[in-house]
Amino acid sequence: MSVFNQSRSTVIRLIIAGLFLVIIVQLMNLQLFSSKYRELAFNNAVYPKVKYPDRGIIYDRKGKAILNNTIMFDLEVTPSQIRSVDTGYLCRLLGIDTAEFRKRVITAIVKNGRYRPSIFEDLLPPLVHARLEENIFKFPGFALVERPVRTYPFNAAAHIMGYIGEADSNNIKSSSGFYRLGDYVGKTGLESFYEKVLMGKRGVEYMIKDNKNRLVGNYENGKFDTAAVAGRNLRTYIDIELQQLAEKLMAGKVGAAVAIEPKTGGILAMVSGPNFDPNMLTGPEKQENFNNLFRDVSSPLLNRAIKGQYPPGSTFKPLGALVALDEGIITPSFGIGCGGAYHGCARPVKCTHSNPGHAANLRLAIANSCNSYFTHIYRLSVDADKFGGVKNGYQQWKKYMNAFDLGVRVGVDLPSEDRGNIPDSSVYNRVYRNTWSSCTNLTLGIGQDMMTATPLQLANSMCIIANKGYYFTPHFVEKIDNETAEDTIMNRYRVKHAPLTGISDEAYEAVISGMQDVVEIGTARMAQIPGVNVCAKTGTAENYKIIDGKRTKLKDNSMFVCFAPRENPKIAIAVVVENAGYGGTWAGPIAALMMEKYLNDTLRPERVKEVERVAGTDLMPGWIIREQFKADSTRAVNWFRMTKDSSVLKRFMHRDQRVDTTRKKPAPLPKPETRTTLFRPEAILPDKPSIQSKTV
Amino acid sequence: MSQRKPEISKGIDWLVVWLYIILVFIGIMSIFAATYTEGDPVLQSFISLKTDYSRQLLYFGIAAVLAVFILLTDSKFFTATANLWYAFGILLLLLVFPFHTEVKGTKSIIRFAGFQLQPAELCKVFVNLALAKYLSRVETDFSKTRSQLIATAIAISPALITILQQETGLALVYFSFFLVMFREGLPAAVLIIGFSLAALVVATLLVEPNTLAIILTAIAAGAVYIMRRQIKRKRRLLAVIMGIWFVSVGVQRFVVPYVFETVLQPYQVKRIYDTIGKDYVPKDEAEALAMEQTAPAKKKDDGGDYNVKQSKIAIGSGGFSGKGLLKGTQTRYDFVPEQRTDFIFCTIGEGFGFLGSFTLMLIYFLLLMRIITIAERQRSVFSRCYAYGVASVLFFHIAINICMTIGLAPVIGIPLPFISYGGTALLTFTVLLFILIRLDADRQMVLR
Repeated sequence: MSVFNQSRSTVIRLIIAGLFLVIIVQLMNLQLFSSKYRELAFNNAVYPKVKYPDRGIIYDRKGKAILNNTIMFDLEVTPSQIRSVDTGYLCRLLGIDTAEFRKRVITAIVKNGRYRPSIFEDLLPPLVHARLEENIFKFPGFALVERPVRTYPFNAAAHIMGYIGEADSNNIKSSSGFYRLGDYVGKTGLESFYEKVLMGKRGVEYMIKDNKNRLVGNYENGKFDTAAVAGRNLRTYIDIELQQLAEKLMAGKVGAAVAIEPKTGGILAMVSGPNFDPNMLTGPEKQENFNNLFRDVSSPLLNRAIKGQYPPGSTFKPLGALVALDEGIITPSFGIGCGGAYHGCARPVKCTHSNPGHAANLRLAIANSCNSYFTHIYRLSVDADKFGGVKNGYQQWKKYMNAFDLGVRVGVDLPSEDRGNIPDSSVYNRVYRNTWSSCTNLTLGIGQDMMTATPLQLANSMCIIANKGYYFTPHFVEKIDNETAEDTIMNRYRVKHAPLTGISDEAYEAVISGMQDVVEIGTARMAQIPGVNVCAKTGTAENYKIIDGKRTKLKDNSMFVCFAPRENPKIAIAVVVENAGYGGTWAGPIAALMMEKYLNDTLRPERVKEVERVAGTDLMPGWIIREQFKADSTRAVNWFRMTKDSSVLKRFMHRDQRVDTTRKKPAPLPKPETRTTLFRPEAILPDKPSIQSKTV
Repeated sequence: MSQRKPEISKGIDWLVVWLYIILVFIGIMSIFAATYTEGDPVLQSFISLKTDYSRQLLYFGIAAVLAVFILLTDSKFFTATANLWYAFGILLLLLVFPFHTEVKGTKSIIRFAGFQLQPAELCKVFVNLALAKYLSRVETDFSKTRSQLIATAIAISPALITILQQETGLALVYFSFFLVMFREGLPAAVLIIGFSLAALVVATLLVEPNTLAIILTAIAAGAVYIMRRQIKRKRRLLAVIMGIWFVSVGVQRFVVPYVFETVLQPYQVKRIYDTIGKDYVPKDEAEALAMEQTAPAKKKDDGGDYNVKQSKIAIGSGGFSGKGLLKGTQTRYDFVPEQRTDFIFCTIGEGFGFLGSFTLMLIYFLLLMRIITIAERQRSVFSRCYAYGVASVLFFHIAINICMTIGLAPVIGIPLPFISYGGTALLTFTVLLFILIRLDADRQMVLR
């Protein structure tokens, strides 16, 4: 027993105590003085899982859902759980090969790791889903997962409703971080315009994850979770049956049709041709469908009702009259003697009628669509003494146009509307180097010159006449479910616009009677509906297009505007059919059928046949085939240059490049090539059949 | 338990026994917290033997039986058979070479009739017995260098065999026996030199080589300046200082790089680097590859310090009072690897916070102090040496294990005594401790 070593016992105790002290200090450092580790642990183990709300449903005026939610299925794969899967069988079911299978599994591992499920194939077609559902037990590691998608039960209103797609970088940036990658946002149509209403509020569920990032349960039993709030529904003015009928009638035609309820500005139907089935952009083939639509040179994705710019032509004449009446320049009894042309300026403006008295008063002038009369009153309007010069007079006239929502955006609840064109006087100053008079642009009086308008604007102008002076901004949505004061989006659709104040009821009656005459005895007789007083105006606009470098005259655009019934207008319509001839030939019947359907809720049996006749008529301009060929073959050449893959190019090698060999020419197309990218018609033809002067 | 047997309970240090029981139960509870999966029937799981905590309970039962047997054994049995056990231990260690099974990158395990035996673990007991036996011999004069060398050989030879089995962590434990030797008269200089060397190695790793060389030279020069009077009187002192300087610079310049590059495995180097917060860059592709293959860490892709990082996060997130049993998100969801065995301290740190960790440290401290007190009250040198051996081994395990989980020591795979999951470890520590209790019960006897 060596006692001298006793003190060493103390040394050993001190060594132990010292090290324990170091440990305690480090523990204090970690556990008491540093909150870093607590945050790290939270981020490490808690995963905020976003709960997506159901998007709002869109209903028509009768409460039918025209845009709804449904469930489709994705096939998900968890790579770590794949065990003895009959790869061949699965590939056969999905229609892929084993190389593709391997590629997708590797992609899944790269994207989400081995332990978390990734999408193997999204939005399975119903047949494939049914087959997989039966056999899924044979494929451990694979699972069918529900996924909410949008569906359009009526296969209609594609341009109005729009579609949703994954948020791109622009959406994410402009939302200042609200959207994240993988979120769905409305891309066009009401889906886009009412995005904030429809999308609802995202919820967050805090999930605990383990070291392999698998979610294993709710954090703190969901104490911090927020539930998702479903998007609110939209109640629209749309009459889905009318919409379907209009779409059917516009089949095989380029153009647009818009129907508005004049009393409210509510849009009943809006069609743009060529059209497409909105469900094409929701299902499994959405990307391919989208590409095909996108490459189609007839631009089915373009909503011509708000983006097509057409010279209004004769359909503008009643509005021209309203301006002159409001300014007190004419009275309803104002008349001129027209001998077949207007000779007020150096170049005569032709008129289809030369019989004396066809423009003896406003009503007759409208009924006969007298070019001389309306160029004359246009010149009177802008040259009036009170303005002291044409430039001021013209600006005043333009102010009227803008008040009618011509030349400005109407403000419909759809994105990317076009404004049409009512040129400013500065434009004329520039073009004519400051030396211009009312003679320079006198055809503005008959809806010509540089004036263009969208079909929506034309329909809206009909509302002004139908309402005798006021209108509401055209819009689709009547109300948002559970609307609050914060939904300021709706406010501007409830403001009554009254651009015309100085016009008496009699003056309106004269204009409206003129329009009724057009239906009763004029160019719009096909629009007669028994028991209903219809008022209408036809229009026919020449137009040209440059095809293969040559300026080619195309067949006239067929235009038609109307409203009915005269006494209590319930519907106002504007129809444009490109390159279809006279206003009364195709646009008229389409509008007539729409009116009858809406007003009577049904069609007479003989009219059903008419629907089939109109719907079955293909009026697609012939130039489309040629342009499509050019676009496709150019793409094929570029593809070949890029990839040296000539398989696509070969398809175009031996094809006859003439336009009309591959396609059966549609019956009503007298000339093969027609075209229209430039809506700059050169002149307006008055409507053919003349109405003999008739004293009213 | 043994309490109800009056004939053997005489002289037993009950405090140690209670501390032991408390620690084992803390261990079972921690293993339960670390491995329990939501929804399992608790009671059933405890009986089923299918879960780790129920198995640990079984090991505790076996350990208790073994403890009773040890308490029933005559103290003289241990002194008499100490060398025999040691020989047996060495034999077992050698048997590992032909009969080992490779488990998780270690070659130190023998599989026998369904059991896994790790002789390097068991051998601690035998070495402790043998060392105590050698030091307590009447003819041993520990002040002689020869005796010191023999004692060192007894302690270190199992370590060398263990290193050959790629279990560096377990081998390091044997160095803790230097504390026993220190108590028995090993010159303090040995410990001081040992610590200085360790400090030098760490400094080498941390400080840029040239800077360190300059620092060392400056220290030497300073020493010469301060002791210039003594040096004038004694020329040899200068030689000593110069010698120390020369050795230090040599170690810093050549020995450490040599050891790190050729002796240690790349993964071990990386772990050491991780601890001191330095990036380890593999010399070439081949070494990077070799590192991946030899590293026993399960998560190869996460790098070696993943474990320590996650473990620090777990302990740190416990805060003052912890998240509560089964509430720890880090440990519950397997962020911390090996959390039932080597990283079990995380479960306590996260679940019970600073309060729990501190309490555990207190229990350990109490146990160690008690053992040293027991050691000092022995009449027989054998018992005292043995007691110091127990204290040293436990201290080394506790210190290294906890330091490793809180990022103060490199990751060395050694268990936390009485708490970590594992049959061999629990049985080894139980035997180690209860032999001491038995010897202490007979403290009036002089054992040789």
